[in-house]
Amino acid sequence: MKSMKASKNVSTIVTYTALVLGSVTMIFPFLWMLLTSFKTQSEAMAIPPKILPSGWELTNFFTALQSLPFTNLYLNTGLMILFRVICAVVFSSMAGYAFAKLNFPGKNLLFGLVLMQMMLPSQIFIIPQYQMLAKMGATNSIFALVFPGLVSAFGTFFLRQAYMGIPNEIAEAAYLDGCNKWQTFVKVMFPLTGSSMAALAIFTAVFAYADLMWPLICNTDLNMMTLSAGLSTLNGQYTTNFPVLMAGSLLAMIPMLILYLLFQKQFIEGIAMTGGK
Amino acid sequence: MKKTSKLALDGYVWGYLMVAPTIIGLIVLNIVPFFQTIYMSFSKSKAFGAYQFCGLENYIEMFKSPEFWKATWNSIYFCILTVPIGVFLALLVAVLLNAKIKGKTAFRAIYFLPMVVAPAAVAMVWKWIFNTEYGILNSLLGKNIRWLTDPKIVLITCAIVAIWSAIGYDAVLLLSGIQNISRTLYEAADLDGASKVQQFFHITLPMVSPTLFVVLIMRLMSSLKVYDLIYMMVEQSNPALTSAQSLMYLFYRESFVAGNKGYASAIVIWTVLLIGIVTVFQFIGQKKWVNYEV
Repeated sequence: MKSMKASKNVSTIVTYTALVLGSVTMIFPFLWMLLTSFKTQSEAMAIPPKILPSGWELTNFFTALQSLPFTNLYLNTGLMILFRVICAVVFSSMAGYAFAKLNFPGKNLLFGLVLMQMMLPSQIFIIPQYQMLAKMGATNSIFALVFPGLVSAFGTFFLRQAYMGIPNEIAEAAYLDGCNKWQTFVKVMFPLTGSSMAALAIFTAVFAYADLMWPLICNTDLNMMTLSAGLSTLNGQYTTNFPVLMAGSLLAMIPMLILYLLFQKQFIEGIAMTGGK
Repeated sequence: MKKTSKLALDGYVWGYLMVAPTIIGLIVLNIVPFFQTIYMSFSKSKAFGAYQFCGLENYIEMFKSPEFWKATWNSIYFCILTVPIGVFLALLVAVLLNAKIKGKTAFRAIYFLPMVVAPAAVAMVWKWIFNTEYGILNSLLGKNIRWLTDPKIVLITCAIVAIWSAIGYDAVLLLSGIQNISRTLYEAADLDGASKVQQFFHITLPMVSPTLFVVLIMRLMSSLKVYDLIYMMVEQSNPALTSAQSLMYLFYRESFVAGNKGYASAIVIWTVLLIGIVTVFQFIGQKKWVNYEV
């Protein structure tokens, strides 16, 4: 009995040690980014390296703010995410409900289109999508950023599953109470998928925020770029001024980081729910 | 009888109306572009955005290009470097997080952190850490390794960052798979005196194998089409570019930097075929190790 307890203690210590070492590896880059962003260029390049900056001045942040139109970048990224989330949730809810609960000819064929889009990598659509946008004269706009995300095949697939989990009796009861199909959907079924819609919203937001290729292609005007795309231009501008690059990167990740710290549980559980995409 | 058919008809109308936005969107944004890309891969771009059919010319040019084969190898090599180690480490983290420990949520949140910051920002700090002259890593090692400019090392460097970025996401998925395993299995194993290691190989691994398979497929697909991380880590002026350039990076440069949209379309079609082949092999291979019996 005693030896079992001892071995349990050993395994607990091993577990903690491994997790703490891993956590240090995960956090170190962020910490190093923060520390570097307060250093002067010569401090950052000192050999041997200095861990702490000599002062906590915001000079690098001001330089980064001057080099990139951050107000625009925040706004563009925010609006892109907002519209993509609204489109994904609203259109996918409607289609997901119809695919799960209504019967109409050609349903399986149409759902096949949804599955086909999910299977194919987005790059296969990207050149024609860009050409369409260029023909409309809509490059360098918020619409351009939202464009490929106007509808979401994954969202449709995901919410269809959510609706399939709701018993038919609930819809039938609403129908007997005098609701038509649309009212049944809006008033009764739609509110029941709250947690799935939240998961889809988080999933859409995280991936839209991370996307780089499409924003780089569709909006080449610096004032219309997203944070990711804007950051990539900073890359060429300050190849060696790492404190400014770190300050810029920090500014770009702060909004999402704050949201994550506030809604950490929803983020992780939402992504776990949508997992497997 | 008449009433039910009217009811059914009502269902048809609402069904079509409700799927209409999504289906129209998919047709315009995805289905038509899909066929356009296939067509473009068989054509050359002319002035004023016109295209002329040219048969297999793009594909012949592509198969003759060493840069293309190098990019194909880079994408496959990147998979080899990232997928087995990355998924193994994620599984390890998931198992550790499943133990009875304090601060579980905090640990989970920390490992998940890279997922919520854009790859562009992540790449920026890693480039600084990996900097040859002033980077902290070389200072700590006391070496002068050219992490980002040595053609032999550059893709390994990118792979390290990719693994670091994906561990938390994969671990969260695997953890939810592990948490679904019935406690009674472990209790029975405890009574039989099975060690933790034995329990891992005889209970955890087989029971979590369906989730593991999904994570593996997902990771393979996303590694084969890797773009943003390498684009940010290895800029187009980097002398080691061809040693790190993935297929999707080459695609981006050919289509939107050089303007060879026909040739670029051939590259993307090739990539889709490659992903398809790898996925088919995975599905064939899964029968050997994925356990679907509960």
